[in-house]
Amino acid sequence: MEIIMSVVIGFLFMAAVYLMLSKSLIRIIIGTGLLSHGAHLLILTMGGLGGTAPPVVADGVSISDYVDPLPQALILTAIVISFAVTSFFLVLAYRSYQELGTDNVNLMRGTEDND
Amino acid sequence: MINLLLFPVLIPLLFAAILLFFPKNIRMQRTFAAIGAGLALVAVLFLIAKVKTDGIQAVTLGSWDAPFGITMVSDLFSALLVLSATIITLFIIFYSFPTIGAEREQSFYYPAVLFLLTGVNGAFTTGDIFNLFVFFEVLLMSSYMLIVHGGEKPQLRETIKYLLVNVISSALFVSAVAFLYSVTGTLNMADLAVKIPQIEATGILTVIAVMFLMVFGFKAAIFPLYFWLPGAYHAPPTPILALFGALLTKVGVYAIMRTYTLFFTMNTDFTHELLAIIAILTILAGCIGALAYFDVKKIIIYNIIIAVGVILFGVSQLNEAGVDGAIFYLIHDMLIKAALFFLVGIVAVIFGTSNLRQMGGLMKTHPFLGWVYLITAFGLAGIPPLSGFPGKLLIVQGGFEGPHFWGSIVVLATSLLVLLSAIRIFIYAFWGEPVETVPLKKSTYRQMLIPSVLLVAITVFIGVGAELFMPLINGAGEVLLNPSIYIDAVLKE
Repeated sequence: MEIIMSVVIGFLFMAAVYLMLSKSLIRIIIGTGLLSHGAHLLILTMGGLGGTAPPVVADGVSISDYVDPLPQALILTAIVISFAVTSFFLVLAYRSYQELGTDNVNLMRGTEDND
Repeated sequence: MINLLLFPVLIPLLFAAILLFFPKNIRMQRTFAAIGAGLALVAVLFLIAKVKTDGIQAVTLGSWDAPFGITMVSDLFSALLVLSATIITLFIIFYSFPTIGAEREQSFYYPAVLFLLTGVNGAFTTGDIFNLFVFFEVLLMSSYMLIVHGGEKPQLRETIKYLLVNVISSALFVSAVAFLYSVTGTLNMADLAVKIPQIEATGILTVIAVMFLMVFGFKAAIFPLYFWLPGAYHAPPTPILALFGALLTKVGVYAIMRTYTLFFTMNTDFTHELLAIIAILTILAGCIGALAYFDVKKIIIYNIIIAVGVILFGVSQLNEAGVDGAIFYLIHDMLIKAALFFLVGIVAVIFGTSNLRQMGGLMKTHPFLGWVYLITAFGLAGIPPLSGFPGKLLIVQGGFEGPHFWGSIVVLATSLLVLLSAIRIFIYAFWGEPVETVPLKKSTYRQMLIPSVLLVAITVFIGVGAELFMPLINGAGEVLLNPSIYIDAVLKE
């Protein structure tokens, strides 16, 4: 299972890099979204997946067969943060499209010709 | 009062939240922002006195014992940095009154500044590597808002790049934390310092250490990763630029210093060698930029990069002189960069441009400003007895005692280039024939000058009275060099 997850994470990172290298702003934002998804899955996998084992120690669950709950707490925090940043990024992209009149990052270089 | 170390984080947060309720009332905004930063400053002073007498303060939130709960730790190093950050924010709030403009003041400018202070102080105080990530995001979110605040075209354009770079670096941060967790099974920094020396597979830990160096290097603007900084910092107005230049990169530098002295010490031959080489390259790259531009803001911005290199070179030596020097220089640099941006901001306002070629003759009309700028420039370059000197002296000494004597030679040689870059501003703006200036109200000018002069006075005091502060700096350096003190304070409660 961990192997499959690693392949999925690698694919997400690859797709993210491909999208972020394109020139359209909206593709770049989707790329950053995929990148953070990959990173979140990485935390989950690194903590050990644990199958159907519960993440709490309760009656009938011994220490040996429960799954580490910490990665799930971390992933939740990271998801919330990346959600906030992505929504900010989308608003920023829309606002800059209005002001600058383009969503092509090639035209946003900030040199004297492209001010 | 075991919660004392949380106050510098919580007070700005509380006041920022209060300020959100009445955005249009400028007078209230100014008063509450100044009170918030002032109270935080008082809390830090108490904290430093407490840490100095009773040793490292640690509190675990929710009474989950370390290493399971989130720990906040305040040793002298982090307390001193929290102090510098709070002082600078207070001065920046005062400097913002005449410069930032009513429109920005009415659009949540002061809350954003205080949220930024919350994030910075939290990042300095936390003792948990994932919590560090969370505080990084707090300060980054406020910095996104501040850098785009006002919505001018260059700001929007540069914010997109700044945001993208930081999103990528955050994703890398999360990945690096995931790797570290899978290898060590803990995220508490003190516990990491216990576990990492027990692990025999140093190869994978070295890879993780370099990943963390990249993550923090994006924030700290080290050699290959500094490309975003000059453009992004050039876009916002001067007070925000001063805030970023003084605080943001320094949080990255702090994180590198903490991780590379506390727990990534398993393979110093590789990691600290790499850090030393990158530090020297950072200094050289910064010098090229500082001499290449004719824009006053750009010149000082590139000086940020030079200082980052100098500090990291001191840390990479891992000996007493190098680390003490790095701490001293870090604090000096935070204060002097804020002061320089203030002064350069005044110069840019007087001429109505930041292009050096269109300036001249300010010494005849504003002689006092000229002398203050000259003192600051000398302080930046490290001319004794000003504040740049003791730190740089110790860093150079550390380099000669350690394996990288050639690095010390580069640091010494580039000090002259730093002096040249700062004096070029003096020559172009203050000497020569007076050119036409923008009329500036006497009261506005004074309101801008007073915080700048006070900040310069503080740096001069730190330089002249360096002997007074050395016990604090030595105490901070001792904890960095002996991780066992830090571990005992956090884990054995």
